[in-house]
Amino acid sequence: MIGTIASFITAAIIQGIPLLYGAVGEIITEKSGNLNLGIPGIMYVGGISGIIGGYLYERSTENPAAILCILIPFLSTIIGAGLMALIYSFLTITLRANQNVTGLALTTFGVGIGNFYGGSLLSFFGEGGSISLLTTGTFYKTPLPFADKLGLFGKTFLSFGFLTYLAVITAILASWFLNRTRAGLNLRAVGENPATADAAGINVTKYKYLSTVIGGAVAGLGGLYFVMDYTSGAWTNDGFGDRGWLAIAIVIFALWKPASAIFSSFIFGGLYIICTYIPNLTNSTRELIKMLPYVVTIIVLVFISARKKREHQPPAHLGQSYFREER
Amino acid sequence: MTSAIELKGITKRFGAVVANRNVSLSVNRGEILSLLGENGSGKTTLMNIISGIYHPDEGQIFIGGNEVRINSPHEAFEYKIGMIHQHFKLVDIFTAAQNVILGLDEKSKFDIKTATKKVAEICEKYGFNIDPSKKIYEMSVSEKQTVEIIKVLYRGADILILDEPTAVLTPQETTSLFDILRRMRDDGKAIIIITHKLHEVLELSDRVSVLRKGEYVGTVDTASTTESELTEMMVGKKIELNIERDMPANSQPRLAVSHINCMSRDGIKLLDDVSFTAYSGEILGIAGIAGSGQRELLEAIAGLQHLESGEIIYNDPKSGASEDLRDKSPLQIREMGVRLSFVPEDRLGMGLVGNMDIVDNMMLRSYRSGKSAFLEKRKPKNLADEIVAQLEVVTPSVTTPVRRLSGGNVQKVLVGREISSSPTVLMAAYPVRGLDINSSYTIYNLLNAQKKNGSSVIYVGEDLDVLIELCDRILVIGGGRVTGIVDGRNTTKEEIGLLMTGKERSEDNGGE
Repeated sequence: MIGTIASFITAAIIQGIPLLYGAVGEIITEKSGNLNLGIPGIMYVGGISGIIGGYLYERSTENPAAILCILIPFLSTIIGAGLMALIYSFLTITLRANQNVTGLALTTFGVGIGNFYGGSLLSFFGEGGSISLLTTGTFYKTPLPFADKLGLFGKTFLSFGFLTYLAVITAILASWFLNRTRAGLNLRAVGENPATADAAGINVTKYKYLSTVIGGAVAGLGGLYFVMDYTSGAWTNDGFGDRGWLAIAIVIFALWKPASAIFSSFIFGGLYIICTYIPNLTNSTRELIKMLPYVVTIIVLVFISARKKREHQPPAHLGQSYFREER
Repeated sequence: MTSAIELKGITKRFGAVVANRNVSLSVNRGEILSLLGENGSGKTTLMNIISGIYHPDEGQIFIGGNEVRINSPHEAFEYKIGMIHQHFKLVDIFTAAQNVILGLDEKSKFDIKTATKKVAEICEKYGFNIDPSKKIYEMSVSEKQTVEIIKVLYRGADILILDEPTAVLTPQETTSLFDILRRMRDDGKAIIIITHKLHEVLELSDRVSVLRKGEYVGTVDTASTTESELTEMMVGKKIELNIERDMPANSQPRLAVSHINCMSRDGIKLLDDVSFTAYSGEILGIAGIAGSGQRELLEAIAGLQHLESGEIIYNDPKSGASEDLRDKSPLQIREMGVRLSFVPEDRLGMGLVGNMDIVDNMMLRSYRSGKSAFLEKRKPKNLADEIVAQLEVVTPSVTTPVRRLSGGNVQKVLVGREISSSPTVLMAAYPVRGLDINSSYTIYNLLNAQKKNGSSVIYVGEDLDVLIELCDRILVIGGGRVTGIVDGRNTTKEEIGLLMTGKERSEDNGGE
């Protein structure tokens, strides 16, 4: 029984990590007042960028070095996802396009890019017809060195690749940044009331651009984790599924707090796979249980809207463009 | 002695509108300068230029004798200019201390505790009573204003600009604010206070600069001036406009408003015991500084504003019945058979739907009269054609979205629709704002035609010359109270100006 619970926790964490990256990225973005619904597409592009980087490196050398196997896909992902977020920023901040429309378009675009390059790469592999970067995947999955010496605890909590720990560290860093630094205070002010931030001498445009691009890059790492760690370096078109939307749901569930996003992600990750741990389920029940994360999000939304506690509301200027000389 | 700040020949345009033309003024250290002017005279624009939010198109700014260019609010801080806006620039979910340090570029380590302590020190020095760790959304209006003042003092501002600081304060809060300002003046700060309240000008400031319709009128020493001199500088000499005005014919009480009171959500009185009667066949003007309750008054009559007390009695000209319109919805009012038309101030926000064409906008008034599930477009189309032809609306066609029309044409469409139902009461708020001369006269003629038809016209305006020539009677409103009702045919701009700035008529008669 303990073994089952332990393996469920492990599985929940594994499922939760891509969601955590996505959620933290989106929180950083939303704190600047940008509602980036392009996150699912950005995570998708993050994944395929990592695959492309890894594939090109693995093909270029006989004996791939561990450090480059990790660094090249990592940087590819950050650049790919960051560029996607830059498109969003340019459209919504500089051109002041509608944020919802831009975000949704970006998601469609990102999934398209992923499937297009996924399909192209597939034709290189030819035989069997699947993209597999096992060497890179193995490096990404290398657990902490002392994990196997700590028994069940080590197995449950320490047997993951480095991206898992990086996700948690990123969330904690983001929390520290938002609540404990001057720049974090300024960023929150931009999302709450850009006119006030502007009058206080904060460069609203700069903060919006930086937080959106950095947020996008962080979210992209969720895609990288999925392709390198979760699927061990394999790519299948549409394999990432609806995890991007779950990440956005977690932002609400965690009340825009990166630290709360950590456990929220693991809870959502658990809810996402709990159906495989309940025996003898019919197909339809399984689908119903898969809805749980979304149902929970709606309940949370109802709850925070009814209680109207100011600290639990989204950034006040979320979803709106800012234009200074408006009269 | 060099001035703390001096402006020379500042001009700022927004498109075709000139907000400031050739404005020059200066203020010294240890001095309070009042900037006086009606609404729309360009006071706030001028202050936004000083604080770096807008850039002047022409003119120079000197600080301590050196010419400067202030490109952003950030640069304004560097010149030690602090602006306290009329609408507070505070983040609601932050504490007072967090708001104070927002945007600061201090070299020291970021530490909210030290900042909180420093804020507490400033409070002690100037006698503010505020808890630095209280959240803004839990604060009263005057506390928020205090935070704004602390904010600029924390930044070491030497030149303080306050934009209508007393507009939202109670008399007691105003008194303590003035004490604080005097203490800061004695501390060697240069203070500019923007206001339209004459008694505050006289009570507080050392010198007064007056603006009128964007133009600089002059500067006088407070000690050697009088209220009537300032009023005259503010409203200017009478200009002849030659607007047609007939004597009211067959006047009957149409709308009797008695003792209505209205509160804002923050508990501030927007309408304070307002009573008046509007007669058929006359134009009743409403004059007042912007935001004195004009909007609430019209919305209360139109059924859009909840009232605490009072009644609005409508006398039906046909049946002779009297009915109370208070707290009825616009639909209920219409179903009672009251033909009430309302031309709101915000044309494209409340009056028309910008993205819909002229025909569809006509239907907003009549769509309920259709009998089937399908739209009946013929009548509204005819009405639209009629309005376009009669009022000379310049538009490619009646199917053009109204937001593509110019301001004057939008207004003609709105007024045209509202008078098409031959209203018994027609309310128009600032109907000529932003219109050129010809369009304005078209609107005056339309209002006069309604008056001739026996409708009771209520006209809220800002241009006193127009009010005096167009209206039969003028109701002056100040701070939500009726400060006087004067006869349009034998009143003066000075009289209305004094009433607008809060001096009640009864006091005048009281032998002052």
